[in-house]
Parts: sequence; C-alpha cells; structure tokens
Amino acid sequence: MSVLSVDDLRVTYSTKGGDVPAVRGVSFEIDKGEVLGLAGESGCGKSTIAGAILRLHSPTTKIEGQITLDGKDILDLSPGKLRAARWTGASIVFQGALHALNPVQKIGDQIVEAITVHRMADEREAHVRAGALLEQVGLPPRRIDDYPHELSGGQKQRVMIAMALACNPSLIIADEPTTALDVMVQAQVLKLLRSLQHDLGLAMLFITHDLSVLVEVSDDLAVMYAGKIVEEGPANEVFHTPVHPYTKALAAAFPEIGDDRFRRRPSGLGGDPPDPQQIPSGCPFHPRCAEVTQVCPELVPELWDAGSGRFAACVHATGAPSLQTTNP
Amino acid sequence: MTDTIPETPAPQLGTPVIEVEHLEVNFKGRVGLVSGLMGHKSVDAKAVDDVSLTIHEGEVLALAGESGCGKTTTARAIMGLIRPEKGSIRFKGKALPRSTTSLRPYRRQVQMVFQDPTAALNPRQTIYEIVAEGLRIHNVNEGPNGESEEELVARALSRAGMRPPERFYLLYPHELSGGQRQRVVIAGALVLDPSVIVADEPVSNLDASVRGEILALLMKLREELRISILIVTHDLGLAWTVADRVAVMYLGRVVEIGPAEDVLQKPKHPYTKALLNVVPEAGGEDRPILHGEPPDPTRIPGGCRFHPRCPVVASGRAEALGILERCNEQDLMLETASPDHEVACHLLPLGEDP
Repeated sequence: MSVLSVDDLRVTYSTKGGDVPAVRGVSFEIDKGEVLGLAGESGCGKSTIAGAILRLHSPTTKIEGQITLDGKDILDLSPGKLRAARWTGASIVFQGALHALNPVQKIGDQIVEAITVHRMADEREAHVRAGALLEQVGLPPRRIDDYPHELSGGQKQRVMIAMALACNPSLIIADEPTTALDVMVQAQVLKLLRSLQHDLGLAMLFITHDLSVLVEVSDDLAVMYAGKIVEEGPANEVFHTPVHPYTKALAAAFPEIGDDRFRRRPSGLGGDPPDPQQIPSGCPFHPRCAEVTQVCPELVPELWDAGSGRFAACVHATGAPSLQTTNP
Repeated sequence: MTDTIPETPAPQLGTPVIEVEHLEVNFKGRVGLVSGLMGHKSVDAKAVDDVSLTIHEGEVLALAGESGCGKTTTARAIMGLIRPEKGSIRFKGKALPRSTTSLRPYRRQVQMVFQDPTAALNPRQTIYEIVAEGLRIHNVNEGPNGESEEELVARALSRAGMRPPERFYLLYPHELSGGQRQRVVIAGALVLDPSVIVADEPVSNLDASVRGEILALLMKLREELRISILIVTHDLGLAWTVADRVAVMYLGRVVEIGPAEDVLQKPKHPYTKALLNVVPEAGGEDRPILHGEPPDPTRIPGGCRFHPRCPVVASGRAEALGILERCNEQDLMLETASPDHEVACHLLPLGEDP
C-alpha cells in the first residue's frame, strides 16, 4: 500500500484580488522506500502541494480532493490528530535551514522538543535519541550543546534532517533542501538524504526546480506547469528523453558537461510562467511552446498514458488521442 | 528546439583587454574588545593570493569554485571596487590608477551584472531612470554619434531584448518578471558601451526556463559587440554552455585554467575533478565527494593548499608516486600542461592524471 496518495488535489488561495488556483487537479502516489521528485518553476504549485499534505495553509485556503497518508484521510483529521500526523506521519525539510532553527536554543534541545511534544519519549530518552540522530546525520554527538550560529550552513541542514527524522515519520518532504547550499555541501546533503531514505525505507517527496538534482535522487519524476502535472515517469527516462516540450526546455537548462548539443548554445523558453489567475486556454503551455499547433489553444490535454510507465499531457505525445495528433 | 540553435563560433583569442598579474587581496581580521584585551591577535584573511589571468577581447571566461574561494573578490578587484594589496591590473595595456576619481573612466568600460536583479534595481525608479542612471553618473549627455539620452536608453534596452523599449520606460521593477529584470540590469550595463561585463552568478536567482534566455543574450552581446565577459559561477554546467575558457579557484588561487573543453572534460587538477564529480547527474550516487566545508582563508595550509582535502593524497596515491612530501610542503604555481592549459599540481610533472 502506498504511504501517500494524493487524488485530484486542488488548492485555491483566496486573496484580495480574487481566487488564485495554485494547484489544479494533481494526483500521485508514493510507496514505502520510494522517492518521487516534483519539478517545476516558481509559482507552478509544487510547494503548495507540500503545504497541503501537512495542512500548513491558512483556513481561508480552499483545499479539495483527497490526501491519504498512512491510510488516514489528512483533509478530514481533527486538529489534535493532525498534530500527531505532522512529524510522525510526515515531516518536512525546508530550503531555509539557516532560518528555520531557533537561534537562542541549543540544537539538541530543539530536537528533544520535537520528540517530547509528540510524546514519543520522556526527556531523558529524548536526549539519548537526539545524540543518536545527530550521529545518524553525520554530526558528532558532542555538537548537541551547540547553538545554530556555531554551525555551518550544511551542518544546520543536517540538524534539520535529524529533526525531521526525530519521530520516525513514514514520509519526508524535502522542499528545495539544498538550494541555498554550496556545491560540495549540496552533494554531501544529497548523499545523506538518499542513504537515510534508503536505509530507513522512507517514502520521500523531493521538490526542487533543479531537474539535474531530481534525476539523481528520485525514482519517479513529475514535472509541474501551471498547477498541473504535465509529465510523469521513471526519473532517468523523463530527464534524458523528455516527451513534453516543457520538460525538454527544463532539461536543457541543466546540460550535462560534455554534451555537444549544449556547448556554446544556451537555450531557454521565451516568455514567462503564467499568472495563475490568467491561465491560458487549452494547453496552458501553448503560448511558450516550440511545438504548438492549431489544436493546442483549444484542447485541454490530459496526462495520457504514453506506455512503459510514462505519462505526458501533450497532444504530440504517444498515447494522446489520435484525433489530435496532427503534425505541427 | 535546442538542436536548431546554431553554435556561437569560438572566437580566436584576441588582444588582451584585462591583464591581472600577481593580484593579492587581504581582508583585515577583526578582534572583539574582550578577546583583544586577553591578547588575541586579529588574523587577516587572504581572499586572493597571487592570481594572474587574462581576459581577451570578445571572450567569455568563467571563474569557478566553492564559496569563499575568492572568485567574487577577484571579480570585484577587476571592477576596481576593492583595492588590491599587491599586484597589478592592466586595462588595454594601461595599469589601473589607484585613486577613485581617476578610476571613473575605467569603471565606465567595465560594467557589472549582479546575481539578484530584484536587489540590484531601485524599486522606486522607473526602468528609464534605472537605465539612464549610468549615463548621468558619468555625465554622458550624448552618444559618440550625437545620440540623445533617450536614444541611448532605447538602444540599450532593445539590445538587452526589451522591445519595443518605449513600452518599458515608465514601468517599475515590480511590474516585470525576473527574467525581464535581469535584462534591465544588463541594459543598465550596456548603456555605457562597455568593453567588459563582469557577471557574478547572473542566472542563479532565475527560473530554469528563463536562464537560457539570459545566457543566450550574453552570448549575443559578445558576438555582436565583441564585449568580453567574465562570469563568476559555482556551476560548471553553466561554464560548459557559455564559457570559452574556465579558471578554477581554490583558497584564493587559480589552480587550473584553460579552454573549457580541456578543463571540464580532461581536468588535470584533483580539485577540478572533485568539483566535476559533484555536478548532479543520473546514476551519480557512488561518486567521491570531498569531505568538510570550504576551507578557511585565514588559515591557508602549507605546501599545496589543497593537500588536506586532496583525494590523491588521501588515497595514498601521492605517497606511492613519491610526491607526498612535495604535496605537504612545497607550494606551487600554475605550470603549462598543454597549450593554453595551465595547472598547479605536483602530479603534472609526472604526467599523471588526477
């Protein structure tokens, strides 16, 4: 059974300027021990999904659809049960490790607090566990009495990962966990996350705009555009043989060294990501698409089955209804 | 799509525009009152320690390395924003003057593009004012061919891909997208007709799909206007897409420099190889990763400054090759590995690859 199952999720922010549909019908599942990578640009709705799974959005935000975590319907939980589900069911590692820690509290105490608040152990046991957790994320246990300012950026991110593991969650959501880190430290943190996930059999939802990071850590990859998944499949294949023109453009932004197709040929998309309040008709990507045809502004593509576990929401993809597969 | 975009031809190495020789920049250490009274001495950080490099006309040179390696400091010294302790910087053969006022004409020729366009633009100025500001600071009332200020602003905006330029004059930065803001920053640099653009991580704050466009713009400027571009970046993939030559810095030194194809595909320095190892790619889980944080420029190790983290030393290979003593004790400068490709590593004379 899958650890997390998201079915037709729709998240709408209500603002003074009207409703903003940030997520417009997203479904996916993550099994035990599996990593799903969620890619897309800022504003595509990927972090909104993370917020919905942990129900971190304000009450004015409208959430529809179904989110099932460990068999429990998250959107139906009472506040008390919800609190238990956070951290024990799912926990999150944010981008801003540098700011997420309390600067005037020892890191050990912060981990202990996470454990005792959820009544997983008494204070003494929690201290022992905090030391063990630090060791697990590659920090010497003696650092338990350090304050956050005594740690480097990479070490702080390790502490955040230790806290995320504190209550033995079955799902970890990593939202741009390495974006603010230096190259070498980024590689260290990625390696750590991957080995922990593997050793503990965790399910992980890994969110970032950097497709090259995702292909390294994920089993499956889902690419989002304008609040919907536009391509999904095994990570390696989606990255190396993208079907959707948007995925092609994203992959080209992270070229592999030695690939002559990209040498002295930077390529990008024209235009900008769409305003969620004014999503273009038909395929929302059509105004920026290099392969646009006459049907694109009219036909809303679905995530069609392109075979071998791959799905793409493009009329040109294999599996799209033959009616629409006219040549550009 | 990508494969229909023509490759920008590699320029022949033209005349040197900027020549940096034996550049050294120190940052004064600070010591607190209490520690001062207790007799602690402040320690200076050697951010840049004997760097020499040349930027040729119409060339894209990438300066790469971890944070704290001195790449941004080198760029800022080239901009004339930091006064070096030692060494010289020559622009078109003439040494930079040391006084701020006599640096002005030089600053006009060498323009900077920053990482975060939102922070670089004044939110209360219109796009027109932002682009015209450089002209006003440098008291440029008309262009070389008698163009008016408005004509110069319009030309800079359209060269930066903001067309038609008039449409943007009265807008404010918050009304533009991230990519457009970076184009405005570039227009602000172009308006003064510079010979060199120094771009410090010019796309790392931009959305993935917009990055390529900004890089393509920089490539076009160097091709059409023969502008030389120094790109400071931690991203070797980016260097592969745009740079003619790549210089890799470690702890204030250039440890490897050469044509991008050589440095990125046949690295001769173990540090370059380590940096290439951490470029994320599929199936790269088992690659070796250097341990530890970027090192501290207040405590530069003796011998080869990379030896405490060097995989060749750690694996025992240096010892087997009989160079361990040199690695530990003998500091070294760049040596020629092949034409245009220079490396500072004790492996080089042995003809060994890292």
